[in-house]
Amino acid sequence: MALLLQYTLIYASVLLLVALGGCFSEHSGVINLGLEGIMVMGALGGALVMKGMADLPALLLIVAVVFGSVLFGVVYSLLLAVAAIHLKADQTLVGTAMNLLGTAAATVFVKALNMAEDASNVSSSIQYIEQKKAFSLLKIGNFELSWFMVLAVVLLVISHVVLYHTKFGLRLMACGEHPQAADSVGINVYKMRYAGVLISGMLGGIGGIVYITAGVSEWKFENGVAGFGFLALAVMIFGQWKPGLIAMAAVLFGLFRALSNVYSGFDALAALPIPSTLYNMFPYMISLLVLAVFSGNSRAPKAEGIPYDKGKR
Amino acid sequence: MGEFAIEMLHITKRFAGIVANDDITLQLKKGEIHALLGENGAGKSTLMSVLFGLYQPEEGKIYKDGKEVEIRNPNDANDLGIGMVHQHFKLVECFSVLDNIILGMETTKGGLLKKDDARKKVMELSERYHLQVEPDALIEDITVGMQQRTEILKMLYRDNEILIFDEPTAVLAVQEIAELMQIMKGLAAEGKSILFISHKLNEIMEVADRCTILRKGKYVGTVDIKDTTPEKLSAMMVGRDVSFTVDKKPARPGRVVLDVNHMSVASNRHKKDAVHDVSFQVKSGEIVCVAGIDGNGQTELIYGLSGLEPLSNGTISLNGQDVTRESIRQRSILGTSHIPEDRHKHGLVLDYSLENNIVLERYFEPEFTDRFGLLKRKEIREYAQRLIEEYDVRSGQGAVSVTRSMSGGNQQKAIIAREIDKNPDFLIAVQPTRGVDVGAIEFIHKQLIAQRDAGKAVLLVSLELDEVMDVPDRILVMYEGELVGEFKPDEITVEELGLYMTGAKRREQA
Repeated sequence: MALLLQYTLIYASVLLLVALGGCFSEHSGVINLGLEGIMVMGALGGALVMKGMADLPALLLIVAVVFGSVLFGVVYSLLLAVAAIHLKADQTLVGTAMNLLGTAAATVFVKALNMAEDASNVSSSIQYIEQKKAFSLLKIGNFELSWFMVLAVVLLVISHVVLYHTKFGLRLMACGEHPQAADSVGINVYKMRYAGVLISGMLGGIGGIVYITAGVSEWKFENGVAGFGFLALAVMIFGQWKPGLIAMAAVLFGLFRALSNVYSGFDALAALPIPSTLYNMFPYMISLLVLAVFSGNSRAPKAEGIPYDKGKR
Repeated sequence: MGEFAIEMLHITKRFAGIVANDDITLQLKKGEIHALLGENGAGKSTLMSVLFGLYQPEEGKIYKDGKEVEIRNPNDANDLGIGMVHQHFKLVECFSVLDNIILGMETTKGGLLKKDDARKKVMELSERYHLQVEPDALIEDITVGMQQRTEILKMLYRDNEILIFDEPTAVLAVQEIAELMQIMKGLAAEGKSILFISHKLNEIMEVADRCTILRKGKYVGTVDIKDTTPEKLSAMMVGRDVSFTVDKKPARPGRVVLDVNHMSVASNRHKKDAVHDVSFQVKSGEIVCVAGIDGNGQTELIYGLSGLEPLSNGTISLNGQDVTRESIRQRSILGTSHIPEDRHKHGLVLDYSLENNIVLERYFEPEFTDRFGLLKRKEIREYAQRLIEEYDVRSGQGAVSVTRSMSGGNQQKAIIAREIDKNPDFLIAVQPTRGVDVGAIEFIHKQLIAQRDAGKAVLLVSLELDEVMDVPDRILVMYEGELVGEFKPDEITVEELGLYMTGAKRREQA
């Protein structure tokens, strides 16, 4: 039970962080389908820091790892920002390209560095058994509270405040709803959209490192992040682009994802004649179902996906 | 201190190939309402864009309070106290009225939004200028009139002294227009200087002090309203005399073309029918007008007739054939033409070329598609060019112009050309003169009457009382989804018609 709770919370943290990232981007008017790729890049940044700075004291290591993920995520999301905002490219295509590129580039990069013990054995994995222990905040029996869970909650609160109680949030959302209106009152739509996309890169990057450290102590980068970027998009839509609802949706999805990790620990569940692959499919099936049912009457930011052109009336 | 709030002297703005503003002078006195009148494409928008800093003029100077100023972008304009109510409102629909007003001028405390002071200021302005709004209501939930008041408050909140109204009455109902006129007079009385862009002469006559007229990019003149007449203004605007009275011979109605029986259309918004149990006929050789205040079911009535919405009850027959369940295309082939209310939504594919829009309802005919299913581009081009010439549709690049780039009046002419040239038995025209200038209105009315005289059945839906009284041979009044009266134009006065339109009176159909 403790394990189920722990996995639910950690996966919920991942989905929450990434969905919040999507939320900022979409509120600014840019659809970010590249979250999956951003996660991989963020994971890569964090993992490299863990590998390279293993000797740092625990707290500093955490800060450094988060910083590494944010840096990689933000830099990678610049691709989307420049293409979609400046070059007015099709946002769906750019996002898709970023997903393909993310996993592939990370794999090539890790293989080139080749951090395996045996140098002749070229591997796409990065190991971080010891370093991972730094993320544990406290342990109660089997349950391990991670620093990342705390970070996710803090960022959730900050996101809510920023979106609904600051000048920046009001302006950001205006750009996603009616950029011409924002422009007419002197708001720089391009700048706000850059901000939205880069924030999504930041949060997506953190989500990536949280995801790869959630269950295992090494990561094979050719696996990418198993569609978590897309699950996060489903969470965002289910959460109606509102941080509070997104958090609840993230917990729900996190629970289904956690079940596949720990169902064998529950006698009742293990006894059911359900193959483990079915449990693995759960979160994805749920997201299909949720999107089919809810995406019709959900209200996306009105101007999302449409490049802003000052000259066009 | 000079007497002028803003002076634009000898402004010239050229675009590739055309001179949009040619040596134009506009002087706005402090505290006056100054109308800017001109046909579509006369250069009003360009001139306002120059004033707003969106375009830089090649020649000419702008003075504010007697001092020369340079306006490079909208922020400069804002700083100079110039504000504008755009024709298409610049409001964020899912924000509250208050949030829309403060957007871009937010007050914060410790990094967080602090709206108390802003709310107080907005409510004070709202009272002072009689601009009644609900500060916490969402824009998407309030009436167009209140949205417009929000836009005005936006300008006042920014302490703007020079207020530009870009065709503000185009979207309003009759009573709201009267209210707006009062508001504008109140603002001017408080010392604000107002530029009022319009091509509705009666509104200019009612509210403006002076009027500057532009024609084809050139300055025609500035006149005092008290020394002029609508006839003189329109002659200056179009460069010739325009007749306001519609010349027509008596109608000679023939056989029944459209026969509607007990038609009802469900409403998207509420449980009640939008159109309830409506029966009427339109005969060949007559123009029947559906009059009423906007939102009383006219839109849904036309959706039902054109096939855009299914009927919940009743039948429609065209030339004796039941078309109640026919598709839109089938109705079109059987002889219905439709000049729609919303030309952007239902009339045109804005990103298509003009010629594609012109054959949009006929491209599948053998004349335009060969036996392999390929479009006959040459025939389409020739056909489009013929219509462009016949109906005087003006555009930048002729048949290949992107429709979006054309002015509203010319977009409307393109639709009218397409619908009339199809040679229909039954022509529906919904607010065909909305947002077009006097010259084009005259042209459109003539076309409708020519169709009638050629033996077509014409159904006109109009919100303009002048049009309702002048053009049709019969008037049907619609109120809350029902027909509440039928009249001949010469047996009823405008005032009496108003009573039926507001539901104060009703009589059963003859």
